[in-house]
This record gives sequence, C-alpha cells and structure tokens, in this order.
Amino acid sequence: MKKIKLIDIAHGRSGDKGDAANIGIIAYDFDGYKILEKCLTADLVKKHFDGICLGKVERFELPNLRALNFVLHNTLGGGGTVSLKLDAQGKTLAAALLRMELEIE
Amino acid sequence: MKEKIRIASGQGFWGDLIDAPYNQVFRGEIDYLVMDYLAEVTMSILQKQKNKNPEFGYARDIPELMKRILPECKKRNIKIITNGGGVNPISCANAVLDIAKKLNINNLKVAVILGDDILNRIEEIISSGCYLNNMETNEPITIIKDKILSANVYFGAFPIVEALKQGADIVITGRTTDTGLTLAPMIYEFGWNKTNYDLLAAGTVAGHILECGAQASGGNFLGDWKSVPNMADIGFPIAEAYPNGEVIITKHENTGGRVSFETVSEQLLYEIGDPKNYITPDCIADFTSIKLEDLGNDRVRVYDVKGFPETEFYKVSCSYSDGFSASATLTYSWPEALTKAKSADEILRKRLENLNLQFEEIRTEFVGYNACHGPLAKQLDENDINEITLRIAVRSKDYYSVERFGKEIAPLILTGPPSVTGFAGGRPKPSEVVAYWPALIPKKLVQHQVKIFEV
Repeated sequence: MKKIKLIDIAHGRSGDKGDAANIGIIAYDFDGYKILEKCLTADLVKKHFDGICLGKVERFELPNLRALNFVLHNTLGGGGTVSLKLDAQGKTLAAALLRMELEIE
Repeated sequence: MKEKIRIASGQGFWGDLIDAPYNQVFRGEIDYLVMDYLAEVTMSILQKQKNKNPEFGYARDIPELMKRILPECKKRNIKIITNGGGVNPISCANAVLDIAKKLNINNLKVAVILGDDILNRIEEIISSGCYLNNMETNEPITIIKDKILSANVYFGAFPIVEALKQGADIVITGRTTDTGLTLAPMIYEFGWNKTNYDLLAAGTVAGHILECGAQASGGNFLGDWKSVPNMADIGFPIAEAYPNGEVIITKHENTGGRVSFETVSEQLLYEIGDPKNYITPDCIADFTSIKLEDLGNDRVRVYDVKGFPETEFYKVSCSYSDGFSASATLTYSWPEALTKAKSADEILRKRLENLNLQFEEIRTEFVGYNACHGPLAKQLDENDINEITLRIAVRSKDYYSVERFGKEIAPLILTGPPSVTGFAGGRPKPSEVVAYWPALIPKKLVQHQVKIFEV
C-alpha cells in the first residue's frame, strides 16, 4: 500500500446549497481521476468530515471533467443567514477535503 | 444570423468589482453584457428597502454604472441584460431612463420582466390548492405565512428572449435564473427553439460558467493559484457562442487572470447537486456530458452538452424572518493565546447562563486555529501560537437575549484573561435571521409580462 496526498493529484471548489455543501474535486490528469474514481468513496468523505457533516454524503462522477462531486447534507449549521459558522457557505471545505491522504495499491 | 456572439459577464454578485462591467465594455469587443446581482439573501434585503421606500428595491449600483457605459453601449449596440431589478424592476428601469435622458440618449428601449414577485399572491396560490411545500422538509408554507419577507419565482431565459424580440437594448428582470441571462441572447440571436434541448443546455452551461464572474477566470482558484497572472487587473469571463451550441470561454486580451481547463472546471463544479439533473426553467442540463478543450491563450472550448425537457414547475424562493443573531470577536496574544481564548469563552458562557438568556445556539470558533476546518485542524502547540481570535455567535428568537449578548463582550477585556485586543466598532447589534423556504409552483399558475419603456 502506498499513501498519496489528495492535494498532490487534485484541486476543487466548494459551496452551499441550503444546509448542504457541495465539494467538486478535480484530478489534474486522467490517471489521477482513475485514483479518485476508485479510492475516494462517499464513505471515506463522510468519515473525513466526522463532526462537520452530520448527514449523508452523496457522490457523483463526471469523468469528462476528471471530477467527482460530493454533496454533504446537514453540514453548514442551518445554511444561509441562519448559520452561525464563520464559513457558513462551506467555501473552505474543498481545501479541507484536500487534506486527505489516500491509500492506493 | 450572426456567426457568433460574445457575451460578457459583468458581475458575479451585488458587491462585485465596480469596474468589471465598465472594463468588459471598454477593453474589447462584446455584443452582450450580462450582470447577476441576486443571491437568495439579496431578495429579502431589497424587499426591506422597498418597504421603507417604494422607489427602492433594486440594485442601486445600476444607474451609476449606466452613466459610465450607456453612451458606449448605445454607440456599439451592446445590449445589457441584468436581474438587478430585484423586487422593483420598474423603478430600476425608470432610473436608467432618467440617466439616458440626462445623457441625451434617444431611441433607447428598456424592457422590464414582471410576474416573478408572488409576495402578494401567496393567499391566492394557497387557495388554488398549491401549498408551496418546502422542498426539503415537505411542510406547507402556511406555517411561516405571517413571517414571509419575500417570495419570488425563478424565471428562465424565454421572457428575456421576448423582450429582445421587441427590440430591447436593456433588459431588467427580477428573479431570473443566473443562467437564463446568458442563455437568452443565444436563443434570440441563433433562433433556437424551445425543444432544442441540447442547445438550451449548452447555453445554460455557459451561463453557469459566467454567473459568478471572475470565479471562472482565475479568481478563487484552488489549483495553482499562485501562478495566475495579474489578479489585480483580473479579466471577467466572456462566452463566445456559436449557433451549433459550442461556446468558447475567454476574456479580454491584456487583462489579468486565467481561463484554462482547471479554472473553468472548478466553476462548473460550483454549487451543483446531481450533475445529470441540473434543473432550470428552460431545460435540464446533463453536466456529465460536458466536454472541455483547453485551446491555450485563455480560451477553453465547451461542447457536446446534452439536455432534456424542462419540468412543469418553477422554483420559488421565499425568505422569512426567523429570529435574531449576532457575532463578536476578541483577539488574544501569546503566551497561551488559545488557552486565554478558551477561558474567555467559558467565562462568557457562564455569564450568559447566569443571566438566564435564551439561545437556540451559541457557537464558538477559534480563528487562526479551527474556525474553517473544525476537527480536521492540525493540533498546534497552544503555548506557541502568536495570536488567536475568539469568535462567538449566538442565535435566538428572543431579541433581548441577543442584544444582551452584545453587551457582554467588551467587559471581557477588563474582567477576563489578559493580552486581549480587537474590540472596535461598538457593541454587536442583533441582526434579523432570514431563513429560506424553497418550493415548487406549477408553471401554469404564474404568468410573466414584458413591458417596454422608451426614450
């Protein structure tokens, strides 16, 4: 098993949809996308955001863009102007996901 | 038919770079200037402004901007499309016409799209059997009916197309989808019809890329952001659209920023849910079908987009008043900055408890430590951190509790842990919490109108 840092193979962007956040993660090349597709599961993302994402995590694939989109439900403290979070719109969550290390074969 | 049109994004939100639309007009060739001013929170702010003054309720940056760009736009036949009409597009149009008169501009047609504002129709809509159930909780809107601040239907591109067909030079709408602003000129110029779903989806995708301004051309770019040139003079994105639905995303020459596969793909992933079902009033776009080709020189080709028929519903966005909130910050310095901030938080919470104040939530964050990434933040040596900003926020249905919270912050300076600073600007004031109520309404219950005003 080899460990790689997600930040070395991908970039991304995050934002809000009500109380849910979405995180788009984009590989720098197609080999990187193959790793994302295989290893970056919704379960892993849910575990990574333990204590932040209080709902389910959905994963969607966009191979043409070398990207995965994650929707993290119940994550932004109510969303909009209800949320008391400094990052009420989840703008920094893409960077938070890039902290992850992936185990690859 | 034109062989191509250039559609320029001038604003990504109300409060974006003031000079961006000016630069789009003056620093290169464009055919259309589109400006998105409306976020969900904006509608409730505009409604409050209109309640105070019936002439207000639109993005009041627009008349100022028109003074600077209208003569040039008229001369070069650049058409302007914006949703900055907010909850009062007619007043916005009147303000623009006043500017035109002062500048001695003649033969100017300003179109206004009406019908999206359903604030005064809620009772009637409910009595017709549509309960505007919350899309997330499925509760009927009756439970918040008395607290509604604004209620607007999201129109798509076709009302704007009607206005363009009537010869409008400027189209001012209320709540129109951000994507509709960009799609409309393509439909109008290339004669696309309502069932050309692939073409409508292609224009919708272009609209999604343009709707956040420079976020597609190098701003807020999480890739190799340090290599993005000259962000001080960042060029806003331009969609060069072709009749077959192909679009090249670019920006004016000699501007800063970058348009690349990476910057455009980040924007495509922004605020989307299921990428196969990107639903607008005009069509459903399949974002998984989108192909991008980086042509170099800040040009990215977007092609092969697939679309599907629109649904029978419009989305409705209601905002309602849901209590009060306030936040405050204090900054603690080395030594033991984090320990001091944590201690101050405990002292404050104890005082709030002793005062028997009522809060739905009290949230503490340590800025410089874990405010953004929470439990993912790396453990730091608490003794070695230079400074920590304590940020505390509260929310309550009770105005008094939130107001009293604001009075308990400054006293911490003289009655709490040492080496504290950063309390300026007076006591934090309670601000109204505006909550959202997303719902669907059958399209047949809503009619848009196009009105043309001329000088």
